[in-house]
Amino acid sequence: MLRKAGARLMQGNEACAEGAIAAGLRFFAGYPITPSTEIAEGLALLLPKVGGRFIQMEDEIASISAIIGASLAGAKSMTATSGPGFSLKQEGIGFAAYTEVPCVIVNVQRVGPSTGVPTAPAQGDVMQARWGTHGDHPIVVLCPSSVAETFTLIIEAFNISERWRIPVIFLMDEVVAHMREKVVVPDVNGIPVVERPRPQVSPDDYLPYAAGEDLVPAMADFGTGYRYHVTGLTHDQTGFPTTKRPEVDALARRLDGKMKKAAPHVTFVDELFADDAEVVVFAYGITGRAAAKAVRDARAQGLKAGLVKAKTLWPFPDEHVRRLAQRVRAIVVPEMNMGQMVREVERAAAGMAKVVGLSRVDADPITPDEILARLREV
Amino acid sequence: MAMPITHYLRTSKMPHIWCAGCGHGMVLGAVLRAIDSLGLDKDQVCVVSGIGCASRAPGYLDFNTLHTTHGRALAFATGIRMVKPGMKVIVLTGDGDAAAIGGNHLIHAARRNIGIATVCFNNSIYGMTSGQYSPMTPTGSYASTAPYGHIEEPFDLCELVYAAGASYVARGTAYHALLLSKLIAKAIATDGFSFVEAITQCPTYYGRRNRMRTAVDMLKWQKEHGVPVASAARMSPEEMVGKFRIGELGTRTRPEYTRRYAAIIEVAEKGEAERDA
Ligand SMILES: Cc1ncc(C[n+]2csc(CCOP(=O)(O)OP(=O)(O)O)c2C)c(N)n1
Ligand code: SF4
Ligand SMILES: [Mg+2]
Repeated sequence: MLRKAGARLMQGNEACAEGAIAAGLRFFAGYPITPSTEIAEGLALLLPKVGGRFIQMEDEIASISAIIGASLAGAKSMTATSGPGFSLKQEGIGFAAYTEVPCVIVNVQRVGPSTGVPTAPAQGDVMQARWGTHGDHPIVVLCPSSVAETFTLIIEAFNISERWRIPVIFLMDEVVAHMREKVVVPDVNGIPVVERPRPQVSPDDYLPYAAGEDLVPAMADFGTGYRYHVTGLTHDQTGFPTTKRPEVDALARRLDGKMKKAAPHVTFVDELFADDAEVVVFAYGITGRAAAKAVRDARAQGLKAGLVKAKTLWPFPDEHVRRLAQRVRAIVVPEMNMGQMVREVERAAAGMAKVVGLSRVDADPITPDEILARLREV
Repeated sequence: MAMPITHYLRTSKMPHIWCAGCGHGMVLGAVLRAIDSLGLDKDQVCVVSGIGCASRAPGYLDFNTLHTTHGRALAFATGIRMVKPGMKVIVLTGDGDAAAIGGNHLIHAARRNIGIATVCFNNSIYGMTSGQYSPMTPTGSYASTAPYGHIEEPFDLCELVYAAGASYVARGTAYHALLLSKLIAKAIATDGFSFVEAITQCPTYYGRRNRMRTAVDMLKWQKEHGVPVASAARMSPEEMVGKFRIGELGTRTRPEYTRRYAAIIEVAEKGEAERDA
């Protein structure tokens, strides 16, 4: 399936496309937009080689809609876009979250709002990724900081989405998407691939939205004898619309409960010198790379610095940050936005450590020196 | 074949939400008789809709059913059809759903000639949101958002969809239910994209505002204004003013989209096999 196991030089967007196929992606619908377009181009070429299907739709709303339909028909599905397109997809993302249709939405962040600087990186969509669609809803947001991590993390994105029937937002940025780095592609057999829970009961006994202990209902593919109904209206266990207050309440709480059950299994954080650090950087995406350099430089200068690099932004690694805040003096949060995750860090730290933001919004990535300077100040 | 209509209904989900006299149930009856006449396997039929009174239909049907977001049924259906080209995918949509918010998806589905049969329940109004004008509201008629009379011209949806590339385009009415059912059967049996405009009545929000107090008045209007294509061919443009053609309005043979894509897969898989060899 995969090109070849072994070390290869890949672009971030290419790693995203190849990793997705390794995870079992068989349907992609998208609309071209910088800096995500290479994902669509790569998949137009690759998908039919593995018997999968690619389509360029008429817009981003059509694309998110098509991947939800494809997923209901049984295929692992993905779309890819950037800011303006991500905004358009929000209604569809809410539909997928509410109807619990697995799918992966890649958003390669660029400077916004509006058309912004299409060719330059930003991290301004962090809150939109969590709360972009209306209403309470479960969502998982993953964020890679290198090309190699893009490959492994996109596989996690599919596995999480299938396992928990939650849409997963894959939040890249223009630098990670366009840089070229070494990726060691594992042997196909070495890649863990998860399938959605499918019904074990006969069609007559199938309740499409009745869940067991993990709060994840089993999902039948359309066309396999389970004739059931899917609607974005509030629905009961049978999948049909309801406005009965206890049932409306039950669905909202089950989805929230499902997210909480999933949280420990989907929250990934990397650490560097965090054990004995007095000051730490909390970073994500390409900024996490600059932060790693800054922390190493700080150590070389005798400053006890550490790094917490979040690969999962949502659910926010609350526990992790809370424990960290108990033992460090300060947490520095560099972001290519005016301060979005810094408030989450502040909330989780709950006053136990000083939390200091560092914003860069001039369309260039944050440098290690900028982070180092802030580390020395706090 | 010739199953009772209840064979295709989820009777436990009745009563339906539609008002007394609403034409949507009549159109749905025609859809089910069409499906029955084709003897389709219920497991292999997928019915997709958007949002609106018309779009509530799939909930009552015993197929694989999907009630999506406003205007997007065809885009969802495209994903299903791509993954399961063996399934019969049918889209049920309203005039607002199909021609306003979903207009772009409609012309592109037709252009691709993807094998989806679309039935548009055209009641010339937004029923669900209580009577605002739609792209199909006739000039001069009244709507809650056209209190002074409507100043826009409606689409000729059938011409639009045919021009965009559909394989089969037809128009019927709730009144001409037998004809409608035949047209829908033909649409479902079509290999590429097919479209049937079903003129229907919303007595609650269109009729009452436009001097047709009852559903019967509105059905009478359909009877008097719908002209079979053969008769229309013999009539002058003056005689056709205010009237509309019913029957088959366009048929052509073009390659269906998922078949074309299957050919791509064949080429790509072969290339891959040769590379690995
Ligand atoms: C994105 C979005 N915009 C607006 C609405 C509100 N809305 C619901 S149904 C509808 C119009 C439906 O009209 P039509 O498709 O003609 O169906 P009918 O009710 O007449 O059968 C509108 C505007 C919505 N549900 N979603
Ligand atoms: S509002 Fe109009 S379209 Fe909707 S159910 Fe009533 S009569 Fe039918
Ligand atoms: Mg309408």
